[in-house]
Amino acid sequence: MKSLRRMLRDRALLTGLVIVTLLVLAAVFASPLSTFPEHVTSFDPSQRLKPPGERFWLGTDRMGADIYSRLLFGARLTILVAVVATTFAVVIGVPIGLVAGYYRNWFSDLLMRVSDVFLAVPQIVLAIAIAQTLGPAIQNVILALSVTYWPFWARLVYAETRSLRNEVFIEAAIAMGASPLRVMVLHVVPSIASSIIVRTTIGMGATILAAASLGFLGLGAPPPAPEWGRMIAESREFLPDAWWYATAPGVAILLVVMGFNLLGDGLRDVLDPRIRRGGQRGG
Amino acid sequence: MRLLALAARRCLWMPPTLLGLTLIVFSISHIIPSDPARVLAGENAPIEQVEALRRKFGLDLPLPQQFFRYVTDVVSGNMGISLYTQRPVADDLLERLPATFELAIYAMILAVLLGLPLGVVSALRRNSLLDHAVRVVTISGLAMAAFWLAILLQLLFSMKLNLTPVQGRIDGWGPDPITGFYTLDAVLRGDWEMLGSSLRYLALPVMPLAIPAMATIVRFTRAGVLNVMSSNFVFYQNAMGLPRRVVIWKYILRSALIGTLTQIGLVFGNLLAGAVVVEAVFSWPGLGTYAYNSILQSDYNAIMGFTLFTGTVFICVNLLVDIAQAVLDPRGR
Repeated sequence: MKSLRRMLRDRALLTGLVIVTLLVLAAVFASPLSTFPEHVTSFDPSQRLKPPGERFWLGTDRMGADIYSRLLFGARLTILVAVVATTFAVVIGVPIGLVAGYYRNWFSDLLMRVSDVFLAVPQIVLAIAIAQTLGPAIQNVILALSVTYWPFWARLVYAETRSLRNEVFIEAAIAMGASPLRVMVLHVVPSIASSIIVRTTIGMGATILAAASLGFLGLGAPPPAPEWGRMIAESREFLPDAWWYATAPGVAILLVVMGFNLLGDGLRDVLDPRIRRGGQRGG
Repeated sequence: MRLLALAARRCLWMPPTLLGLTLIVFSISHIIPSDPARVLAGENAPIEQVEALRRKFGLDLPLPQQFFRYVTDVVSGNMGISLYTQRPVADDLLERLPATFELAIYAMILAVLLGLPLGVVSALRRNSLLDHAVRVVTISGLAMAAFWLAILLQLLFSMKLNLTPVQGRIDGWGPDPITGFYTLDAVLRGDWEMLGSSLRYLALPVMPLAIPAMATIVRFTRAGVLNVMSSNFVFYQNAMGLPRRVVIWKYILRSALIGTLTQIGLVFGNLLAGAVVVEAVFSWPGLGTYAYNSILQSDYNAIMGFTLFTGTVFICVNLLVDIAQAVLDPRGR
């Protein structure tokens, strides 16, 4: 209860929460909220490149489709990619980090070296190589992002598990005869859950940004999918006249990524008192 | 002496990391469902021709052997032929490296020059108006898609206001390279007109790379300064009666800067990655545009070469950063 009240007092967290909630609502209620729901797949060439106005709130694109409606349906795609890719990355990264952090042998060294190699290339570059090889499709974007982002969770969980390994309560559990699996799942994971949650929230923002870049490069879901990054790429031919074309999807990306970042920062402040913002220790 | 040992140990880790990177790239290029020999020979080629190509490129060998061939090729600088430019990928990449480095270095300089002071000041004046303003800028800077910012800047400054060129790197043909960095070449030649021209072309592409980098640096510097300010050794120095000015300049800044330095490797990696989309927007003739064109042409020898090359550059930068950090921070020795 106390932490809930603290959450509501944190302005950053509240802003993030509102933005993320709005994104989810936009995705869930895309059909009733949109003014031209049919424009996701069918177009109206007579209405192409109309500026924002009463009929088309955010203008229309090169096919005469309503940009506002396409943005709403694009929110579904964005959430799908972010949630699934991040979940995969967590599901791969967390167990690897746990095992590598819990044991101290050649195998845990090897696991960490492997994750170091993945971290040795800028993530988006590796994702481009994978997505390019597999071809433009939404599942390939998800695959490329999960394969490149899991080491972040492995690193985090590894470091936290290592530092917990010598704590008395872990030692006590081992002394009581708990199996390694039991210790990891019932004792280590609950203690590091807040760090994982914070990292995952911020990771969602990073994933959305990376997915948008892949979409911009033409490696995302193929048209006519209302992918935000691809919408920005399409708009380039029609600049400078159709200024609204690139603006709206870019603002959408900006707000959503900002929402997840604020939410993550806020959650860190609330959940992890050790690293609360701004040195609060004496001095 | 221990510094030397540290540097040696870090250097020793490089070959295995590079080998691992090569293995990843090799695996990626071998997961494609289609048969590369069949693709090379063409749709209707007779089976003997496909088999001949398979033998020629060693595609009939077991995978470990193919990997060994690949590694020996890469080590000797052979990354295959680009299907699009019909030239060796390694030559293409080396030729475009200076353009990207020039862009990335200017972006980095701008990010550090703006980010460090802003981070320090917003930490020293925590919760002031300036601190809040800086926070708004960093939060937006980190959430912005670099290609979108690039397009908006191009729309405003090049297309609407006509202040800067829309795309390219210099007026007319580039000069004969000395270093390949046009601004540096211009200074070396004393050709001020050329310097002005290349700076005008640089101005816009640098921004979308510098702004997210600056945001990262501000964040880490601010957190670092705050962290040091509350540490016991600063408490001790304050208690000893050292003037605040001395404590800030001599102790707080030094420790905080070392913390920020570790982020520079990360920031540089982000710059290289951001260069792909930003260069594509401005047709900047560097590695990014090369990668972008290779994606459009499905030229994947070139893409794998780009990945490997960028990874290698990134690993080297991180190595230098680690060593620099060890030199600067006596506690890390």
